Amino acid sequence: MSAAPMNQPVYELSQVQKVYDGRTVLNLAQLTVYRGEILALVGPSGAGKSTLLRLLNFLEPASQGSVRFDGQPATPELDLAQRRRVTTVFQRPLLLQRSVRANLRYGPGLRGQKLAEAVEAEWLARLGLTPLADQAAPKLSAGEAQRVALARALVTEPDVLLLDEPTANLDPHNVGIIESIIQAENQRSGMTVVLVTHNIFQARRIAHRTALLWAGELIEVAQTEQFFNRPGREETAAFVRGDTVY
Amino acid sequence: MQTLLDAFLNAFQLLTSGDAELLAIVGLTLRVTGIALLLALLLGLPVGALLGLAGRFPGGGCLIPLIYTGMGLPPVVVGLFVYLLLSNQGPLGELRWLFTPSAMIMAQTVIAWPLVVGLTLTAVQSHDPLLPLQLRALGATRWQLARTMLRESKLGVFAAIVAAFGSIISEVGAVILVGGNIRGETRVLTTAIVLETRRGEFALAIALGIILLLLSLLANVALYRLQQRGVQR
Repeated sequence: MSAAPMNQPVYELSQVQKVYDGRTVLNLAQLTVYRGEILALVGPSGAGKSTLLRLLNFLEPASQGSVRFDGQPATPELDLAQRRRVTTVFQRPLLLQRSVRANLRYGPGLRGQKLAEAVEAEWLARLGLTPLADQAAPKLSAGEAQRVALARALVTEPDVLLLDEPTANLDPHNVGIIESIIQAENQRSGMTVVLVTHNIFQARRIAHRTALLWAGELIEVAQTEQFFNRPGREETAAFVRGDTVY
Repeated sequence: MQTLLDAFLNAFQLLTSGDAELLAIVGLTLRVTGIALLLALLLGLPVGALLGLAGRFPGGGCLIPLIYTGMGLPPVVVGLFVYLLLSNQGPLGELRWLFTPSAMIMAQTVIAWPLVVGLTLTAVQSHDPLLPLQLRALGATRWQLARTMLRESKLGVFAAIVAAFGSIISEVGAVILVGGNIRGETRVLTTAIVLETRRGEFALAIALGIILLLLSLLANVALYRLQQRGVQR
């Protein structure tokens, strides 16, 4: 994966803490996410990766510290138009109990827009969903449902796409489709992607930079090639080698 | 047995006669039930959706059990409180609603509201807890989120409508207290059945009972058909 230009920060996090019921689950000294990059967040379960995505999507405020999105404080009170520039695809598809087509139309509908038929048809085709367009979402397979979830997010044309284990438990065919679409959209529109994954091979395949989170702290963030081949920290090296039991 | 058979025959004759008083009683029953159901839904669905979405919130541990308790409120107790509220010395006495259909609507709404709230919040809470986060992540505002969750909970919402309708149309204790069962003014099917039974007019009481059951059946068939259409969408 070639390096993305790293001159325009989208998110700037400084001394960020997130505390639930007195337990600190995230404690980041510093992290910057750059426009147009694919940043992979790897680390064991409970490392704070999903919590970080919720902060980046303005779903929850940080307990302490500063999270800035395009220079503005990134809180749930941020202007609606700004918040709508970011969206998340979760590990479970979380589809509405409607047709595939209706799921795609949901995001534009929230914005008072009608999804153009040509755009809808294009996304259905790109994700191999055309024959399923009028099928009820609860009847889809896991892979099909996750492709719908990705299409539903992408039709909103987000500036930032947050992905929380989007291909966990999917077969290689579906993983391949989802990864190729993410990469293609990143290259086509310059959409920033933050990808949480347990699959270090996936991070290696598609991320420009990779970050290791451990017990809520950022251990290392580096260009993906460097992260895997010449890690700067022993913890990263052990994680990449698979020596770390977690 | 013969008495019962005669009563059914008389009831049938009454039903086919187009009696003006009977029609007025049916009309008032439908009006009171319809308005009370509409009010209970308008006031209950948003509250149920918001409570269902609020998750753990301060006071939730007390409020939600209170609403569940309200789902089984004895109607006659509700009637008593509404009576006291609307009586001349009561805080709402100036409305002059006591012994009018408005008082009956008020009591019926109070009885049905906790049913709507309780069943709606349970339906909303039965979804994946990540679904509201996903909808917000897709750009939903608070109201868009509540509306979507209600739509996603349509089976539970239909159950709430059916339960509220059933509790309203079959209610008698509260409406007798606050309506007074006044002929031509506040007499509805249930209170008329009580009166005619006490007077020994069993044929009329049975006729009224049959009409009540038919109305309830028709309304529930319509709701069921709506529900099935909703499921297929």
